[in-house]
Amino acid sequence: MTSSPLENLAAQKAELLGLIDSFSTLDALREAEPGITGKRSILSALQKSLGSLPPDERAPAGALLQEARREVEAALERKREDLSRSARVASLETDRMDLGDVVVAATRVPLSAGHPGLITSTQRELEDVFVGMGFTVADGPEVESDWYNFEALNIPPAHPARGLWDTFYVDLGDPETVVLRTHTSPTQIHLMEEAVAADSLPIHSVMPGRCFRRDTPDSSHLATFHQIEGLVVDRGITFADLAGVIETFTRAYFGAGIESRLRPGFFPFTEPSAEFEITCTICRGEGCRTCSLTGWLELGGSGMLDPAVLAAVGIDGDEWSGFAFGFGIDRCAQMRHQIGDMRALIDNDVRFLRQFS
Amino acid sequence: MKIPLSWLREFVDLPETADELRPTLDDLGLVVEGIERVGEGLDDVIVARIDEIRDIEGADRVRLVVVDAGDGPLEIVCGATNFALGDHVPLAPVGAMLPDGFVITQRTMRGVTSNGMLCSGRELGLSDDHRGLLVLDALTTPRVGEGLREALGIEPDAIFDISVEGNRPDAWSVEGVARDLATRLGRALREPTIAAPNVATTSESFAQAGIDAPELCGRLTVSVLRRVTVAPSPAWIARRLESAGMRSISNVVDASNFVMLELGQPTHPYDAAFVAGQTIRVRRARSGESLQTLDGVTRELAKAGRGLGDTGEDCVIVDGDDQLLGLAGIMGGASSEISDSTVDVLVEAAYFDPMTIARSSKRHGLRSEASNRFERGVDPQGALRAVARFVELLRESIPDLEWYAAPLDVWGQVPVPSMVELRDGDIERALGAAISLEESATILRGLGFVVAGGDEGLVVTAPSSRPDVRSGAAGRADVIEEIARLHSYLRLPRHTPTWPEPGGLNDRQRLRRVIQDVVVDLGANVVWTPSLGSDSDFDLLHPGVPRVRITNPLVSDESVLRASMLVGLVRAWGKNVERGVGNVVLAELGTVFAHPDATEHPRHTRGGVGGTTTLRLPQENERLTLVLGRAADDAASAVALWAALGERLGLAEVVVRSCDDGPAGFHPSRVAALVDHATSATLGYVGEVDPQLVVTLVPSLINRRLGAVDLDLDVLADVSLATRRSQFVTMPSRYPSAVVDLALVTPDEVHAQDLAHALRAASELVEEVTLFDVYRGANLAPGTRSLAYSVRFSSNERTLSDEEVSGAREVLIERARTLGATLR
Repeated sequence: MTSSPLENLAAQKAELLGLIDSFSTLDALREAEPGITGKRSILSALQKSLGSLPPDERAPAGALLQEARREVEAALERKREDLSRSARVASLETDRMDLGDVVVAATRVPLSAGHPGLITSTQRELEDVFVGMGFTVADGPEVESDWYNFEALNIPPAHPARGLWDTFYVDLGDPETVVLRTHTSPTQIHLMEEAVAADSLPIHSVMPGRCFRRDTPDSSHLATFHQIEGLVVDRGITFADLAGVIETFTRAYFGAGIESRLRPGFFPFTEPSAEFEITCTICRGEGCRTCSLTGWLELGGSGMLDPAVLAAVGIDGDEWSGFAFGFGIDRCAQMRHQIGDMRALIDNDVRFLRQFS
Repeated sequence: MKIPLSWLREFVDLPETADELRPTLDDLGLVVEGIERVGEGLDDVIVARIDEIRDIEGADRVRLVVVDAGDGPLEIVCGATNFALGDHVPLAPVGAMLPDGFVITQRTMRGVTSNGMLCSGRELGLSDDHRGLLVLDALTTPRVGEGLREALGIEPDAIFDISVEGNRPDAWSVEGVARDLATRLGRALREPTIAAPNVATTSESFAQAGIDAPELCGRLTVSVLRRVTVAPSPAWIARRLESAGMRSISNVVDASNFVMLELGQPTHPYDAAFVAGQTIRVRRARSGESLQTLDGVTRELAKAGRGLGDTGEDCVIVDGDDQLLGLAGIMGGASSEISDSTVDVLVEAAYFDPMTIARSSKRHGLRSEASNRFERGVDPQGALRAVARFVELLRESIPDLEWYAAPLDVWGQVPVPSMVELRDGDIERALGAAISLEESATILRGLGFVVAGGDEGLVVTAPSSRPDVRSGAAGRADVIEEIARLHSYLRLPRHTPTWPEPGGLNDRQRLRRVIQDVVVDLGANVVWTPSLGSDSDFDLLHPGVPRVRITNPLVSDESVLRASMLVGLVRAWGKNVERGVGNVVLAELGTVFAHPDATEHPRHTRGGVGGTTTLRLPQENERLTLVLGRAADDAASAVALWAALGERLGLAEVVVRSCDDGPAGFHPSRVAALVDHATSATLGYVGEVDPQLVVTLVPSLINRRLGAVDLDLDVLADVSLATRRSQFVTMPSRYPSAVVDLALVTPDEVHAQDLAHALRAASELVEEVTLFDVYRGANLAPGTRSLAYSVRFSSNERTLSDEEVSGAREVLIERARTLGATLR
């Protein structure tokens, strides 16, 4: 009987495992690795020697050797993890710093000029215009139930009008019951519900915020964007008041020479509904490519609160009436600053941000 | 929807040009998105016959063609080769102007004079074909010298591309748009010519119809047409369909499409030979049934969908053997399609429940011209009128067509047209404008409303084509919108309202602004990073934690709502490093989300159908996160930034406490909690970004320290507002202060700012305590360091004596001792 080349395998394996265990730094381990599992290692030599075995013994011997190699490689991997963990622990320990002991007066702080984001400053400017007109400002959540985002706004389940909003659904509860808000209008419902509960009507509020639509981003749309919504609920409010508020806002924000006009539109939560347009900010109404030669640019939607919405939140439509309007903050910024591609807004390129103060 | 001006002119006199009508349509809410012009600029183009074709010496791309256009032979150089002797082609003679404005001149090429141009379809704006000349013999019987327009029977036309709003099913048709124009312009609306049954045999002797689901199908009419010959449509019908964007298929199919475009009523023609028992019934699909629609897709029916409240109801058309013929109102099946051999036709014209069609269409991902109309609501009264028009059109190509008397007409449930009361003053209360009841009545009658009443008010009944008009208060709003729309929004007054309630920001909003201003003043650029990130991004900081996932993300990289802004900010910073502008501080004020199972404070809100249940939604937390990436930034500069921000916000009670349990993403041994002394609330953290996170996100940078500050605005707002409310001005002392330095050997467990806080509170003579030096050395006991504070004493009543100062100093040393600190 010839001696198997693997007769000492157990001992050889134990030796390798011992060797692996003996390393105390990642560098040493990395240096020794080729000698343990590489081409010149004992494991590779044994692999080559299997060729000398009779064919029927090769397979079982090979399996045995493979098993040993796996064990050695696993030990190597474990050791590598151990050592990098302790290397991290050691380096974190070297780094350790009691931040309470920082002597602020003695700290060298680099000086740099900051810039407010374009959206932040646009939002603020819009808020200020409306605050000047007597509006308060309200915030609302970004994840909404179907009720707030759609149903209370007179958009019942499966209504074809839902096609107007490409909706991201949130994986919570029953399918399609929770959404990323597709517009700021759900905040209207929150405000009206709260005002009814607190018996605190009237409402004169604007609601800025982040919205989401499942719409592939291009130069004029982003899937994440910002809107500002306005809501007035008071006694004796008419469509003329809506047109007046939009006109005053347009002049205050866009400046002299830019006018607004309303044309019929459709939104399930307002009736009568109106799209509102402003004088094209590029050609000042002369007609150009941006405005398709019409001299007008569409800015947002508006209308008188639909009686169905008032009913959904429990407001008596005989006593109270109101209007709502909404438009894109990003779009305002785009028009004002002639930003060719909206995607610049999410690039966060400091060279872009620095242009706004 | 594409609507040719020539088609509108069939219904109403419109001498105006397309450009003149555009603002009127826009102002009616029928927004014109574009105008396409056809057949214009052809006045100068005439028909010419090819009499001779000769090669030109030295030219291999062009040939000399001699044509006759009525005035004798004319030599023209031409590059096309798709014609033969005797063919008739369009000729633009010298001086002619083509639709694109190009003027033909006499030109000399290769020594040969060309006296005009022979034209392709594209050069004439008649087709996209530019492979060769437009050979006319295939299209018509041309006469030499005849104008091209006459030869082809083309009238110049403009085609409006109109965006029809979702609440105007009636305007999804030529007639509907014409009705708005006629009413606005005060002109008459003409009725289309329609046929009547011309055979006394009754329909029921040949066919049967039935409704098994009256809630889903409000009306089913079936008309019997016999002696049908399927053939191409007359040219004018084909051209009209094509100009409206539909392909001409055959006289029967074209008649159906024509009527749908013109009147808004979809009809469906079946080959009666393939409808078992010549019977058409409408019923609910049963669970387990499936149907292959005309698009070749097999669809499982009656399967509940994902949509809220979608039970999976499908409405289907079946024959006498109960075999499925089609998905009602959406798409037919292949078995009973019209073919060249069809001789008997059953025409179905029906009314289906809009919601059922909408749900089915959405569930099966199947939209058609028919479903678009049914889901918005067609006119239930219009079914047979549409069939009469269908037959009228078909008669043009099949003069001896037979239409059996008494079409089958079965009714289910249809909406009752709304009746709305409009009292005097309602319009003014809504619009702020006094549009008279008289004008209102004229407008409404023009739109097909039935109007009764007089000076006191009107009682108006909506036409059956206007299912969007509701009843009660909502219906009043609907009717007033119609009056305002036709009167013109542009003519309505404007008035800017005022009210006694003050506007303004609330405390939280003011705080947000102050914070933004301060971080900008301290050198930060405010950015906007994505709210949606990838799973692997989420795992970087929160492995194994439940996360808020999007069911239908656009891309998998944007499928999880962020739980921290740190990853986005470090990545945004990395991008700026690549651009060579990484020497910056980035800040974001935004919302982060916690899955309801991963927070103690999920948001509870109204939800479910009708808002009748309470849902557990993610917790939304507003935070301010800063990443300090300037060259010398580190944990210390982050602490310094916080110190300035905290002081500006008046948060004197908030101390920096190093901690071992900082949030994920922070450097584990360079992080401190910001803790409010009074409430023990943690406002946030300050420190460095975990070096491992930096290397993962910005692999090109190793060993770059990034400072980090992360503040919880929900907590901060509470603390900072509380602080501000209780704050009254402390008048600074007018007497000299005394400054004393104290070096205290302090155990490492005692935080420097806690000790400072204790010293400040130890004596009322203390005005301020400031840490100015920290010393560690072998000469100090292990586990301690020396903290050197500068203490300023003062009194509002007098100059402090040396004794008073040293007495107070003793009190402070004693206070320090109780915390384990001793004077060095």
